[in-house]
Amino acid sequence: MKRKSIAVVGAAETTDLGVIPNLSQIGLNADAALNAIADAGLKPSDIDGVATAGESPIALASYLGITPTWIDGTGVGGCSFLMHLRHAAAAINEGLCTTVLVAHGESGRSQIAPSAPPSYHPGSLEGQFEKPFGVGWAPTMFTIPLLRYMKTYGVTLEQVAQIPVIQRQWAALNPRAMEKAPLTVEDVLNSKMIAYPFTRHMCCLVTDGGGALVLTSAERARDFARPVWVLGTGESAESTMISQMQDFTSSAAFRVSGAKAFSEAGITQSDVDHLMIYDAFAHLPLYGLEDLGFCQPGEAAGFIGDGHTAPGGSLPVNTNGGGLSYMHSGMYGMYVLQESIRQMRGIAPAQVKGAKISVAHGVAGWFSGSSTIIFSNEAP
Amino acid sequence: MTDPRPAGAQRPLPKPTPETAHFWEGTRAGELRLQTCMGCEKTYFPPRFFCPKCGSRSVKMVKASGRATLYSYVIAQRPVPGFTPPYGICVVELEEGPRMMTNVVGCPQTPEALQLDMPLTVVFEPKDDTITLPLFQPAGEQVR
Repeated sequence: MKRKSIAVVGAAETTDLGVIPNLSQIGLNADAALNAIADAGLKPSDIDGVATAGESPIALASYLGITPTWIDGTGVGGCSFLMHLRHAAAAINEGLCTTVLVAHGESGRSQIAPSAPPSYHPGSLEGQFEKPFGVGWAPTMFTIPLLRYMKTYGVTLEQVAQIPVIQRQWAALNPRAMEKAPLTVEDVLNSKMIAYPFTRHMCCLVTDGGGALVLTSAERARDFARPVWVLGTGESAESTMISQMQDFTSSAAFRVSGAKAFSEAGITQSDVDHLMIYDAFAHLPLYGLEDLGFCQPGEAAGFIGDGHTAPGGSLPVNTNGGGLSYMHSGMYGMYVLQESIRQMRGIAPAQVKGAKISVAHGVAGWFSGSSTIIFSNEAP
Repeated sequence: MTDPRPAGAQRPLPKPTPETAHFWEGTRAGELRLQTCMGCEKTYFPPRFFCPKCGSRSVKMVKASGRATLYSYVIAQRPVPGFTPPYGICVVELEEGPRMMTNVVGCPQTPEALQLDMPLTVVFEPKDDTITLPLFQPAGEQVR
C-alpha cells in the first residue's frame, strides 16, 4: 500500500446514534454520507465511487444524486465496510474512480424500512445441517466456540466477564455511548442468561445508526484538512457455518486478514498505539488479540486482566466502548473504522495521547469472514 | 430432565438436495454417511460431490462409526420453533474427524451434564417420511 496508498479525507457518523425514530435505513445512510462528505469539504457531486452493504449501493447513489464510475456492494456481514475500504484502495490506485463514499446505515433497533434479514432455504447447507438443531441468530451461533477456547486455555468465565467491564469503563468516557453505567464482573455474570455461557452483558447492544467515509488517493489527500492514511489492509474468509470453523480457539479469517494488513503496512504489533476489535460478543477481543499477534494463544485473558486494554493501559482497545457499550446497529464494522479515524485525528472522546498508528479489525457473520485496516496520521 | 426434542412438529427440517440425498437416505436407514476422497483420503462433511481438500471428484461414501465427542456448545435460553428452552446446541467431533452440529439428548441440558470431550454415540430420530435427524447421546446410554 505504501507507494500507491489512499487516505480517509472525510469521516462522520449519523447526527444521532442509539434510538433514531425519525430516519429509515436509507435515510441513516444518507445522513451519515452527507455528514462525511461535508466533513471532507466536498459536495455529493464530487463523489464518483459508492460502496455500502445492507442497502443497495445503486439505490444509495441514486438517492444522493450521484452517478458513480465504480460501485461495490460487498455485503458479507459486519466487516463489509472495512472490505469496501480495501477494495476502494485498489479501485483508486487503478484509476477506476477518484473519490469514494463508503456508507453504512442501519435501523437495527427501530426497524424502520430495514433490509430483509438473510433467510436460509431448508436445502441450503445451513438449512440442512445447522438450522434443524435450534440455532436462532448470532447469539446462538457466534457464541458456540467459547467453551472450547476456555477449556483449551483454562480461561474462566470471570476472566471473560472482565471484557464488558473494561469496555464499559471506556464507554463512561464517551458522551455518545449508549450504556455508560459502571459494571462489575458480578453484574455481567448475574445478568440475564442468553445462551450459556453468554449473559446479556456479554452480548452487543441493538441500536440505530450509521457512519460514512470519503476516500481518495494519498497524493490528493494532502490538499484536505485532516487526512488519515491507510498503511495496510487485509481480508479473508473461512465458513458461513459455525460448526465448520476449523479451530474453535482461533479464527483462520482473523489470522490471514491481520497478517496481510501488517505485512502491507510494514509494521509490527509493537508499533500499534490503538486497536479496535469488532466485539459483537465478549469473546471477540480474546480471539482478536491472539489472532492479530498481540498475544500468544491463550494469553489474551491474562493480558486483559492485567489492565493492558483498559483506560491507562499499554494497548487501548475498543476505546469507544465497543459493540457491547457504545452502539451496535447490526453491522458494527463502520464504527471500528470511525473510532480508529477519530483517534488518528486526535478528536476521540477517550483520546489516546500521541497515538500514531491504529488498527481496526472487523468480523463478518460468526468468524465467517474478516477484514483489517491499519491507519496512521503520518503519511506513509 | 429437560430434553431438546420438539414440543410440536415445528422444528425446521432439512430439504435434501441431489448432493446430500445419500446422507439423508443414510440417516433414514440408521447410518451416518460421510464421504472420503479416493485421492487424498480426506474424510469430510457436509456432503458434496468433490473433496474440499484437493478438489478431486473421485469420492466414495463411507459409513461412520457413530462415535463422537462433544467439541463445544451453548445452552439456548430463548424459544425457537420446535424447541423448549433450555436446550443445548452442540458441535460434536466424529471419530472419523469431521464435526457436525447436533443436539445431545438423553441427558440434562446443563453445563454439569454437558461436559466437553464426553463420549457420545449417534441416535437417529425420525421426523417425517423423508427426514431422520442424527442426534447424539452420552455413550453407554441405552439406545432410545
